[in-house]
Amino acid sequence: MLTINIDNVPVKVEEGTTILEAAQKIGIEIPTLCHHDDLCIAGNCRVCVVEEKGKNTLTASCATPVIEGMKILTHSAKVQTSRKHIVELLLSEHDEKCTKCYKNGNCELQDLASKYTVGDYLFMDLCEGKEYKIDDSSPAIQFDPSKCVKCQRCVRTCSEIQGVNVITVAEKGKDMHIQTFMGLPLNNVPCTNCGQCVNHCPTGALTERMYYDEIWEAMGDDSKHVIVNTAPSVRVALGEMLGYPTGTRVTGKMAAALRQIGADSVLDTDFTADLTIIEEGHELLQRLKKALVDKEDVSLPMITSCSPGWIKYIEHMFPYQLAHLSTCKSPQQMFGALAKTYYAEKMHLDPKDIVSVSIMPCSAKKFEANRPEMHSSGYQDIDAGLTTRELGHMIKQSGINFLDLEPQPFDSLMGESSGAGVIFGATGGVMEAALRTAYEVVTGRQVPFDNLEILPVRGTDGIKEASIKIEGSLPEWNFLEGVELKVAVSHGLKNARIIMKQIEAGESPYHFIEIMACPGGCIGGGGQPIPTNAEIRKKRIESIYEEDRNMTLRKSHENSEVKKIYDDFLKEPLGEKSHKLLHTSYTKRNKF
Amino acid sequence: MSKNSLKRLDIIFAPYSTSPYKLLSELLKKDKDAIIQELIESGLKGRGGAGFLTGLKWKLAKEAKGNEKYVICNADEGEPGTFKDREILSQVPRKVFSGMALCASIIGANKGIIYLRAEYNFLKKDLQKEINIFEAEAKKLNLDFSIEIFSGSGAYVCGEETALIESMEGKRGEPRNKPPFPVVNGYLGKPTVVNNVETFVSARMVCSIGAKEFNKFGIHGQKGSKLFSISGDTPKGGVYELELGLTVQDLVDEFGDGDTKAVQVGGVSGFCVPRKSFAKRTIGFTGKFTGDSLPTGGSIMIFNSSRSMYNVLHNYLDFFCEESCGQCTPCRVGVQQLLLGIEAIKANNKPSSYLKTLVKLADTMRVSSKCGLGQSIANSFQSIVEEFTEEIIY
Repeated sequence: MLTINIDNVPVKVEEGTTILEAAQKIGIEIPTLCHHDDLCIAGNCRVCVVEEKGKNTLTASCATPVIEGMKILTHSAKVQTSRKHIVELLLSEHDEKCTKCYKNGNCELQDLASKYTVGDYLFMDLCEGKEYKIDDSSPAIQFDPSKCVKCQRCVRTCSEIQGVNVITVAEKGKDMHIQTFMGLPLNNVPCTNCGQCVNHCPTGALTERMYYDEIWEAMGDDSKHVIVNTAPSVRVALGEMLGYPTGTRVTGKMAAALRQIGADSVLDTDFTADLTIIEEGHELLQRLKKALVDKEDVSLPMITSCSPGWIKYIEHMFPYQLAHLSTCKSPQQMFGALAKTYYAEKMHLDPKDIVSVSIMPCSAKKFEANRPEMHSSGYQDIDAGLTTRELGHMIKQSGINFLDLEPQPFDSLMGESSGAGVIFGATGGVMEAALRTAYEVVTGRQVPFDNLEILPVRGTDGIKEASIKIEGSLPEWNFLEGVELKVAVSHGLKNARIIMKQIEAGESPYHFIEIMACPGGCIGGGGQPIPTNAEIRKKRIESIYEEDRNMTLRKSHENSEVKKIYDDFLKEPLGEKSHKLLHTSYTKRNKF
Repeated sequence: MSKNSLKRLDIIFAPYSTSPYKLLSELLKKDKDAIIQELIESGLKGRGGAGFLTGLKWKLAKEAKGNEKYVICNADEGEPGTFKDREILSQVPRKVFSGMALCASIIGANKGIIYLRAEYNFLKKDLQKEINIFEAEAKKLNLDFSIEIFSGSGAYVCGEETALIESMEGKRGEPRNKPPFPVVNGYLGKPTVVNNVETFVSARMVCSIGAKEFNKFGIHGQKGSKLFSISGDTPKGGVYELELGLTVQDLVDEFGDGDTKAVQVGGVSGFCVPRKSFAKRTIGFTGKFTGDSLPTGGSIMIFNSSRSMYNVLHNYLDFFCEESCGQCTPCRVGVQQLLLGIEAIKANNKPSSYLKTLVKLADTMRVSSKCGLGQSIANSFQSIVEEFTEEIIY
């Protein structure tokens, strides 16, 4: 342990602790901008400089480990002047159209400005006369360079968390800027649309493409029937934007708010999550049968396909391994295909009048909704994918007092869900849901875990492994008797690369793998409220599992509406209709 | 101070002894700690301009744990107005290699790299020939040390040692956060000594003649000698070896054209000395940064009265606007503000009092920039603005 002195308060910390962390420990807040808990230390914005006694220059507190006996002043006159100057400098190269900015009120630069640069403009406007071109080529993510403060958080996110590296620093000096690899438009680089860069951007430079104006229009149009489906991880995060503490579940209030702002029907993506489990579970069993009994050459391990960021990633980076992907569409796209077929039929609606909107923790869902193959209903299956943040904005725009709303249930037909569908939102959730069902299909018994909680696949380790030995299988599945089913779960695309390299080398020991693009799974998605960090992800995950625990229905195959859709419409898992509506194919793409 | 104390020397460029690496073979036999002690006693400081104690740097690298260590010769001579390293490398490269080999044997490295400025690629062929000769000699001396040349990509900031290392690792040439310092965590994360070309030659010199002899050089309390690159309004520009501690007046008397108005000591990141201060300012290493003595990598630019100091400053700021790596706010944005600011004052778009704001901004840049580049922009800015205020405003 080392003892240092911060603002005349002694503090004992472990070796390797930074000055910033030491200060946080005793409740002293040092402002930061380029720093993010998820990312490596950059030390480039210099907002966090502090005075170290005995040194002429100031010290970047985020980047400097403590030394025994250090004396630090966090708000001396020298620090205050520099900090004010630095924030002013950042503002001078930032196009300050705060009142028109999507991030107004949720912007770290704005927060700094409100604290440190009250008063006159000290410096000249560097944006004046410059021509900035907004890159809105991608259906998912938009980049406005006039708002960029070059903190490089997006660059580090794309490289460190995702290993995708499509965002980079270009040129130097006054021309230094952030751009895509080779300066190509965002829709022309191997961007996975995961939106982690958006979630880590401190300003409004990187945002999702926003579509809520179109939804307002549809909601106001009586000839349109707007149906909304909400992803599992939205309900544990939306509250953060509307006055609730992190991790509060607002499922019922969310449904009520959606209805109040004009949705004709509020349904649950968890329903199609349950459906995904049935289809994907059977697909896995079928592949295992082909491999073990028919000795056919099938691609194992099978990998989940719910995360559209992950799908885009594998299409670009491992285009020759696409056969490993489950052919199941993501729950969003299953929902879309069924909304304009099954739902339309049952509700006696003309599918052309249906506007199908999904609320997702994700920006990649926007790209997914726009994929040309996602028209299996004869229409664009999902008309718009909005992020959790966009829904938060819509609720704010509506003037609804969210805190006082009476919770309401989802509508029926595609609104019922199980706990298994809910946990899709957390890393390991799809795997857990799939195992709850697959094990029971094969053995007729529940998975051998207390209270159905398959703990080995839970938690925030980047790659998790588990195995279940199948014993006492039903006659139909006796080829699986004694097989040790090996599974893995990974989240964050950097970890996906490790899994894929193993598969490429033919060394993967697994049968089934869940891969999610974002750290923590969907609860840490690029479309979730900002900020998102390890602590926040943990709270959202806890909340998801709590929702599961509180449900009576916890297995996908027991969802009565799912049973009904098979009886009335789909007939059987992997059947003809399923293939047409619920399964898809993938596209080989280039690395650059 | 006595007038005309300038003393010229000719040690660095003195011809080799007949057998090329005889001195090295003798030095290699000496006790390593004794050599470090000798270097520390000599007070030899880095000849690139930052002025870190060379003996201490080698000592720290020797003490650092690592299965592999590196010796890097910083030949990214980019400071405007310096060209001494080019001369050393073309005239006496063996002295450089000897210094590197000596350093390597002391710290326990067997790999040396010369980071050669891209513009000096024309030296590459001859240097490689010399390296081949050196490596043959090294074999005879049973010395496991090889040298290779790494060609820079043209960024000024890569003269900063951590940016140089980043660039060698194939990354953007951007300075790192310090600590850790390269002596502990340098090239490829291994302990690394990065020294200027001249430093290696001087270290060899110190070890050869001893600290005592070396300390006999120097005037006005300064110790040792170093190379100066003289350019600008002078009839005899070139590289000269001079004893440290000389006054700017001495330089002007020797090299000026009789109409010298200002001398820029230490390149664009150094200080501008006006005529009235010529006699007061000495050049050396021991003084504080802003004190009497001006630290320098040896760039001396002489301006006569035909020069507009506004244009000089404008030119410097233009240079920094290009050559800042751009990663940290005070340097990237600050220098643009300084440039725009003096333009606006000149054009009467800002009141002359705005100059005070800019001087304060330069203070912030000095204390809060990430590396020496950003920190030293204030040197030339403030010294020119304060000494030639009228020229800047009107």
